Amino acid sequence: MAKLYTPAMAAVAKKRARSKRKATSGQSTPSREAWKRLKRNRLAIAGMVILAALILVAVFADFLAPRGYDVQNLSERNLPPSLKHLMGTDNYGRDILSRVIYGTRVSLPIGFICVIIAFAIGGTLGAIAAFKGGRTDNIIMRIMDIFQSIPPMLMAIAIAASLGNGALNLVLAISISTMPARSRIVRAAILTVKRNDYIESARAIGASSRRQLLKYMLPNAIGPILTSFTFSVATAILTVSSLSYIGLGITAPTPEWGSMLSAGKELLRQAPHVLLFPGLMIMVTVLALNLFGDGLRDALDPRLK
Amino acid sequence: MFKYIIKRLLWMIPVVLGVLSIVFILSEITSGDPVDAIVGYDAPIEVREAKREELGLNDPVAVRFISYIVKVVTRGDLGESYATGRPVLDELLARFPNTLILTFASVIVALIIAIPLGLLSAVKQYSVIDNASMAFALFGVSIPQFWFALLTLLLFSVKLRWLPASGIDRLAGWVLPVAMVGIANVGNIARTARSSMLEVVRQDYIRTARAKGQKEIIVVVVHGLRNALIPVIANVGNTIGVSLGGAIIAESIFSISGVGQYMLLAINQRNWPSIQGGIVLLALAFSVTMLVMDLLYTAIDPRLRAEFKAKNKIRAKKNSDGEAA
Repeated sequence: MAKLYTPAMAAVAKKRARSKRKATSGQSTPSREAWKRLKRNRLAIAGMVILAALILVAVFADFLAPRGYDVQNLSERNLPPSLKHLMGTDNYGRDILSRVIYGTRVSLPIGFICVIIAFAIGGTLGAIAAFKGGRTDNIIMRIMDIFQSIPPMLMAIAIAASLGNGALNLVLAISISTMPARSRIVRAAILTVKRNDYIESARAIGASSRRQLLKYMLPNAIGPILTSFTFSVATAILTVSSLSYIGLGITAPTPEWGSMLSAGKELLRQAPHVLLFPGLMIMVTVLALNLFGDGLRDALDPRLK
Repeated sequence: MFKYIIKRLLWMIPVVLGVLSIVFILSEITSGDPVDAIVGYDAPIEVREAKREELGLNDPVAVRFISYIVKVVTRGDLGESYATGRPVLDELLARFPNTLILTFASVIVALIIAIPLGLLSAVKQYSVIDNASMAFALFGVSIPQFWFALLTLLLFSVKLRWLPASGIDRLAGWVLPVAMVGIANVGNIARTARSSMLEVVRQDYIRTARAKGQKEIIVVVVHGLRNALIPVIANVGNTIGVSLGGAIIAESIFSISGVGQYMLLAINQRNWPSIQGGIVLLALAFSVTMLVMDLLYTAIDPRLRAEFKAKNKIRAKKNSDGEAA
């Protein structure tokens, strides 16, 4: 039989779809309610705007930066901020503004990637632990306990020291050291929804474990996970900068904000401006993430308000 | 209760073995030959080989792993520093007190500042005090600790000359390091205390206390505080972990002779026994602290005690049912 699908029929279908969409758009779903609450939170919106701006700066760094991040000019060392160099120059005569701008390309992606990996590994383990329960839960969580008996910062330092410098090693160090904490968050989130009736009914209609977990539990448990994701990125960015500051992460000439400060203590007397702006950028980024995270938490869990 | 304590103590055995295994694996995957670090790159091949044999580097991995664990567990032998040739344990123990003082002083200072801040914010929700202290707390969790340290150095020791920039020979030398390590915790604890107090003031027992005409200060401090502090105390372990991490960095910024500074120096020198030793010591100290905190926490919170008893009862009942069937 030939397929009969005339333009007129397509138009009718389109119209129907549109009216359907219109009908549902007025309905309130939990995520729409959360978005409404988030929109009302001015601080959270401010955080979001700052983050968006930082991402734009990272994307258009080549156009925004007045100079390359590694262009040295030894005759212009440690100059204070002026019209020519808005944030001054560092001890190699590099333009700090340019380096700060290019720094968004380092800290933001690394922070996000660390957290994504930590959640991918830790979260999967936590979800399995919560879903299976019993002995599996016990074994997974006891292993996490052992990992957590080394404080995360110490663990990250240890891993970074053993793997050596570089972005990839830094990502590994931070992901592995924060993984146990992330597994706990996902486990707790899954446990809270596990006993609900809709999970029972999913099991009753024969949904596979995978489907139960991914289709029914995860979407309902996503609130606390998303909130914790945002805060984790903030912490990861702080850790990246701390490790780079002590020389265990990203090293020169890559313009990482923390490593830009590592020469700071020696320059404290002659050129304090060198340590002002990179630190300010870290703080603004982390602050934006924290503001957004706070807003997200309040929006997703209105009881806490 | 007694059973729980024994169980918790026995749990230390896998923790210690786990920490040692992690540290051993890390030292295995590290690049660079330890012999280079001891005798230098240009030493003759015979000297290098002799050193390899002496250190047991030619043994299979499994043998080295077992001998490492046996050495640490039975004799507390963490090896000898490549840099000085002295036992790592001695070098570490000489520096450990400073790290402990810095870590715990900053935890205590953070608790003293943050708890009243959080409580006040919750009691006067949405007031100027609330907004100001929450802004401060947010600032505390968002500022990079080492940058905060550099800024305070600039202000208090370079510009104002009130406090020394490094060294702890005077008590004033501790002020900036403790502030640096404490700042992140102040923010965290104040935020936790506020949200937990907000939850508590909505409870029935607070309404009851108010209804019977109790003074507000007693309602807040006696009825509210005790319950609101539970999440804060439950989180002290985490707080100590954060402080320990901060202390490592603070020691190198303020030139405090502690385990952290020792480790960072060892990392630069590729001096693995010292790095390993530092991690093992700090991780064990942290685990013991967590153990003590856990035991204290169970002793303090009557709900946990009750839960534990109830669990035992259920278990006892199950057992007897099982026997009956």
